[in-house]
Amino acid sequence: MKLLLVDDEKDFVATLAERLALRHIEADWATSAREAEELIKTRRYDLVVLDVKMPHMGGRQLKQIIEKQLPGVKTIYLTGHGSEEDYRAGVAEAEYYLLKPISIDDLIAKINDALSR
Amino acid sequence: MEIKRSFKLFFPVFRRQDDASPGRYDRYMFNYGRLWKSAVMLTGLSAIIPLLLVSWVDFNVTQRAVESESLARTSRTVSNAKRTIAAFLAKRKAALDFIANDNSYERLLDSGRLTRLLDNLRLAIGGVTDIGVIDASGNQVAYSGPYPLAGKDYSNQQWFQEAINRGMFISEVFMGFRNEPHFVIAVRHGNSDQGFFVLRISIDTGRLNEQLSGFELSEKGNAFIVNTQGILQTPSRGHEKMFEKIEFPIPVYSDKTEVVQYHSSAEGEYILGYAYIPDSPFILMIVSKTGELMESWHRTRIEMLVYLLGGIVIVLFAVTGFATYFVNRIYIADQRRIRSLHQVEYANKLASIGRLAAGVAHEINNPLAVINEKAGLIKDIFQFTEKYSGDAKLIGLVDSIHDSVTRCGKITKQLLSFARHMDTSVQPVDIKAVISDVLGFLGKEAEYRNITISVDVPPDIPRFESDRGKLQQILLNLINNSFAALSEGGTLYISAKRIADQMLRLQVKDTGCGIPDKDIKRIFEPFFSTKAQSGGTGLGLSITYSLTQELGGSIDVESRVGVGTTFTITLPLTPRPETKENNDETAPG
Repeated sequence: MKLLLVDDEKDFVATLAERLALRHIEADWATSAREAEELIKTRRYDLVVLDVKMPHMGGRQLKQIIEKQLPGVKTIYLTGHGSEEDYRAGVAEAEYYLLKPISIDDLIAKINDALSR
Repeated sequence: MEIKRSFKLFFPVFRRQDDASPGRYDRYMFNYGRLWKSAVMLTGLSAIIPLLLVSWVDFNVTQRAVESESLARTSRTVSNAKRTIAAFLAKRKAALDFIANDNSYERLLDSGRLTRLLDNLRLAIGGVTDIGVIDASGNQVAYSGPYPLAGKDYSNQQWFQEAINRGMFISEVFMGFRNEPHFVIAVRHGNSDQGFFVLRISIDTGRLNEQLSGFELSEKGNAFIVNTQGILQTPSRGHEKMFEKIEFPIPVYSDKTEVVQYHSSAEGEYILGYAYIPDSPFILMIVSKTGELMESWHRTRIEMLVYLLGGIVIVLFAVTGFATYFVNRIYIADQRRIRSLHQVEYANKLASIGRLAAGVAHEINNPLAVINEKAGLIKDIFQFTEKYSGDAKLIGLVDSIHDSVTRCGKITKQLLSFARHMDTSVQPVDIKAVISDVLGFLGKEAEYRNITISVDVPPDIPRFESDRGKLQQILLNLINNSFAALSEGGTLYISAKRIADQMLRLQVKDTGCGIPDKDIKRIFEPFFSTKAQSGGTGLGLSITYSLTQELGGSIDVESRVGVGTTFTITLPLTPRPETKENNDETAPG
């Protein structure tokens, strides 16, 4: 199981990755879509956790790029909120649309859920 | 119903705005009172002025017609009377002529013969008092009658001279020796140069008076005869007695019947008809009070006036009715327009609040997430490494950070879920969730103000198809209103109950100040606000009302001043089939 976390809040995404590592879940992180694109060129991920609202390129757009590169990858949106439109679209196109803040145990449960589908 | 409807036609709905608190919407509205007034004035005047004009013309024409008719009638009566009187005199003169021609002078001197002639005259024409024969020197040579007049000398009396000169003479009425009103007719027989005699009879005026009273006159019409000096020859119904001078001026001679209008300060308007009776000193006069003659005109005049007034009343009624109707329509249309305008404004405002809430939540959620993760990491380090694991105090601190983050997260999530449902359409709705959404929004205020909120939603209420956003707005408005009415320590009681199987009854009950009776009829009207000064728009309840209607439900209010207010909303548990929006007329009172 290998995860990619993308969020423009470095503090958040780095800490989350570290915490996941403590729980033996291997997770890479990126703070922008560009970094994420670099990462997916060389590595294979089972699941990406995306923020919806990011500078330059949002999570939904990024998801399409990732899906092209890594077919069959699962996606979970984890966001502060996003707009109403994002919410509806997110619920429809990703495995989960989760709201920050979320407890790490819940997040792991959702990740396991998504991967087992 | 009909009566109520027709009454409504005259009842200006727009008047009600006068006592509504002045709002910031006035600039959108006409001054309906003035509009109504000018509509009534303009249409009323343009209808009534021609009516008055026609009536006035008709009045004058009719009056002139009636006046000339009454003059003509007087003139006719006078002519008839003149002919009768003239015939009366001519008949007697003819009888005298006949006697003078039929009898020789000598035969007439026979007193027996004269008496027989007098008897015959009395039989034939009546009213003859006596008869006398006067010779050329003026001596009454023969006489028959009740008075001892035989042998009387008339030679230097004026009538005798005139009879000789003109061949006949009709005297004025006089009392004479007999002290009885009478007049004489004398004819001369034979040529004045050779031998002649004069035959004379006296006639009792009673006969003449009878003739005069025979004319059909109006009630106070007065027919009488005067001589050329204006001395009354017959009794008159006026104030003057016989042989007194009449107060009317003596009209100038005319051989035709004349009618003049005459004004006396004592008697008012008169019509005076007169005719000179030929070969006599008599002037026949008929006097009628104008008022009497015009009586039919007065009746007509009153009738015309009644019709005119009736016409004006009808016109005013019609005009007022139409004006009220149209201004009412304009008013209602305006109200509807403004209401929808403000509904849009209100919806916009809510949408803005939604966007704002979403934005704020988003901005707060991100740092919260960071705090959450950092604290989580700290805890993780405590738990996953041996180094700090024993420190229960530090773990407690981290846990309390976690708890606070969770609390904040819950609040922002409530905000978000509220905002998210602001503009959604029909979907399955859990009424309990809607109530707690709204309360989540308002709960803190209740806590600060020490307001107890109790919610009673039994579990048997199913999810039902409805518009969640509208339900939220309805509840938000009602709870906001209750909050405004509640003072510190009040109670708000929200309950839902399933009634009649397919209906849901929602009640929002407070123990607040209540609504006075005079206001309760109007609370659902747009722009009715008791808090206009403190920024109330007066739209909350009217929008709540139309929202309820849009959901196919109804809203009811019950309130007692000082005890509290209960709003009851009844909603169908199934969405009603799409019907046209029921926003006709104004909100019910």
